[in-house]
Amino acid sequence: LLRFYLCFCLSTDTLTALASSTLTFSPLVSTASCVSADIISTVEFNSSGELLATGDKGGRVVVFQREQESKSQPQRRGEYNVYSTFQSHEPEFDYLKSLEIEEKINKIKWLPQQNAAYFLLSTNDKTVKLWKISERDKRPEGYNLKDEDGRIRDPSTITSLRVPVLQPMDLMVEATARRIFSNAHTYHINSISVNSDLQTFISTDDLRVNLWNLEITDRSFNIVDIKPANMEELTEVITSAEFHPQQCHTFAYSSSKGSIRLCDMRQAALCDKHCKYFEEPEDPSTRSFFSEIISSISDVKFSHNGRYLMTRDYLTVKVWDLQMENKPLETYQVHDYLRGKLCSLYENDCIFDKFECVWNGSDSVIMTGSYNNFFRMFDRNTKRDVTLEASRENSKPRAILKPRKVCVGGKRRKDEISVDSLDFSKKILHTTWHPHENIIAVAATNNLYIFQDKVN
Amino acid sequence: MSAAIMEVNAEARRILAVSISKLYASRTQRGGLRLHRSLLLSLVMKSARDIYHSSRESEGPPVGGEQPSTEEAMDACSGCPGEANPGHREPQPEPESVEPAPEDPEGCDGEITEDKENRSPARQSRKRRGKASAAPDFLPSKRARLEPGEERYAAAPLGSCCRAGAVDSLSALSLNRVIPAF
Repeated sequence: LLRFYLCFCLSTDTLTALASSTLTFSPLVSTASCVSADIISTVEFNSSGELLATGDKGGRVVVFQREQESKSQPQRRGEYNVYSTFQSHEPEFDYLKSLEIEEKINKIKWLPQQNAAYFLLSTNDKTVKLWKISERDKRPEGYNLKDEDGRIRDPSTITSLRVPVLQPMDLMVEATARRIFSNAHTYHINSISVNSDLQTFISTDDLRVNLWNLEITDRSFNIVDIKPANMEELTEVITSAEFHPQQCHTFAYSSSKGSIRLCDMRQAALCDKHCKYFEEPEDPSTRSFFSEIISSISDVKFSHNGRYLMTRDYLTVKVWDLQMENKPLETYQVHDYLRGKLCSLYENDCIFDKFECVWNGSDSVIMTGSYNNFFRMFDRNTKRDVTLEASRENSKPRAILKPRKVCVGGKRRKDEISVDSLDFSKKILHTTWHPHENIIAVAATNNLYIFQDKVN
Repeated sequence: MSAAIMEVNAEARRILAVSISKLYASRTQRGGLRLHRSLLLSLVMKSARDIYHSSRESEGPPVGGEQPSTEEAMDACSGCPGEANPGHREPQPEPESVEPAPEDPEGCDGEITEDKENRSPARQSRKRRGKASAAPDFLPSKRARLEPGEERYAAAPLGSCCRAGAVDSLSALSLNRVIPAF
C-alpha cells in the first residue's frame, strides 16, 4: 500500500549545466516500503499541483497531498504525503462474452477544484467513475436518541432536549463514487479527457470516442466511430484522445498508423470528418517488419498553451504545430539505439509498450520514459537533452541526480551503460509534471519517485 | 538462393512463428483479446509474409520438397490474421478455426472434376466463410479431417493446380506438422 518515494532536487539548469554545483536537493520522505506487487499504471497531478494521484493494476487509487510549506522547516519544502487511498475498480466478469474485465486503472484525470472537495475521473477498460474526495474534521455530538457510542437510549431516560453540536475530530479523508459511467464501450478504454467547459468529458476505446456529461450516467454520445462495416477491413485503431485545453469544441485523437486527427464538434454530431490531419510520410529507408508497430502513437498531449501537440511512438517524441499538418515541428529520438533490436523487442513483447509523454508547465521541456528506469527530458529551446534514472541504488540523499548515458557502440566509457545491459523489465511508462513548478512524478513499476528542483 | 535472401526468409518465417504463438497466447489473456495488439500482430505477419513471398519470387520457382510445404504454410497463414484478424465477431477478432481457403487445392478453378462422394470437408461445408476468416492451421480443427490417404485420392482428379507448390498433395496435409519446421 505505501509507496516508497525519494525526492531529489534537480535544477532546471541540469539540462544545460550538467555538473553544476548549484544543484542541491532535499531528501524528502522515504516512507517504509512494503511494496506490493502492484504496478502503477497511471500518475497525474491535479491542476494546482497540490495533489498527485496514482492508479495501479489492482484497481486502487492513492492520492498524495503536498505539505504546506512551513517556516520552521523550510528545507522540507512541499513533501507529498499519502492523503487518501481507495479501491476504485474491482475485477468484473462479462458473462455474455465470457471475458474478465481487468480492474487495472488505465487513466486518472482530475477536475479543477470548484469547492472544498476534490474530484477525479478514473477508468479501467470498460467503466469510468467520478470520485469525490472530501475531508471530514468535525462530527456532530450530543444526540438525543443515541449516546456517544451509538447505542439507542431508552426513551424513558430522556428528560431534556439538547441540540447536537459539531465537535472537532481527527481528520478523515473519504472517497465516494459519485457517478459511474458504464456500458458504453465495446472495446477497451485507452483514455479519458475532461473538457475545458468542465461539464463534459470524452472516453475513448479502440474504435470509438464517446462524449459524456458529468451529471448524466445513463447516456453518452458517440462522436467518433471508425469501426468499418466489415471488421476484416480494419486497418487502424484509435490509441488516445484529448480535448484542447482552451477550445471546448476541439479534440484530437491519435491512431495506430501514426496519424493524428483534430476534430471540431461544431461541424457535425458525428466527427468522422477531421478538420486537420497530421501525418509524417514514412521514411522508406527505415522500413522493416515492425514499421507499423513502431509508428503507432501511444500518447498524444496538447501543450498548455494549446498551440502544439506532442505525440509519442515507440522510438521518438514529436511536437506538432497545429497549423502545420504535413510534418512535425520537432522530432526527438528517445532511444534510437533500439532500432536494431526490434526483433528481440518483438519477441519479449517490449515493442508493444505504451510510453506516455508530458509537457512542463511552460511548454519548454518535454519528458518521456524509457527502459532501465531511464527517463528523458528534452529542452525545446536549447535543444539539449538529458537521461536520468529513477532508482534507489543510484540516488543517495543530497546527491545530484546524475545524468546517464547509453553507449551505442565502440568503447564503453566508465559511466556508460551498453545497450545489451539495459534491463527491459524496468520501464518507465507513466510520468507527470507539476503544472507550475519543476516537480515530476515518475512511476517505475511499483515504485513512485518524486523529483523536485530547488532554485538557489 | 543467395545467402541474404535465405536470411531474410528465415527471419520472416521466425517472425511469423513468433507472431502466431503470440496470437494464440493472447486468447487466454486476462481482460480478453486486445484489438490494438491483435491488429499489430496481424500487420507484422502480413509484412513477414509479403517479404517472404517477394524474396521467393525474385529467386524463381521453389526447388525440393520442403519448400512447397513451407510455402503452403505461408499461404495458409496468409488467409488468417494477415487480413483477418480483426475478425468477424466483435469484440473478439480471433479467426475461427476453419480450414483456410487457400490451402484447399480444390479451391482452384478450372480442372475440377466433380466428385461428390469424395469431397473434402471444406467443400461440403456450407458455412459462409471468406478467405479472411480462415484460421491458422495450427489451431485444433473442430471438424474431422480426412486422413492423408483419402485426401490424396480426393485431390488426385485435379489436373494442374493454379497455386505453385500445392501440386504436391502432401503439402495440403495438416500444416500442424509444418510449423515446427520453422
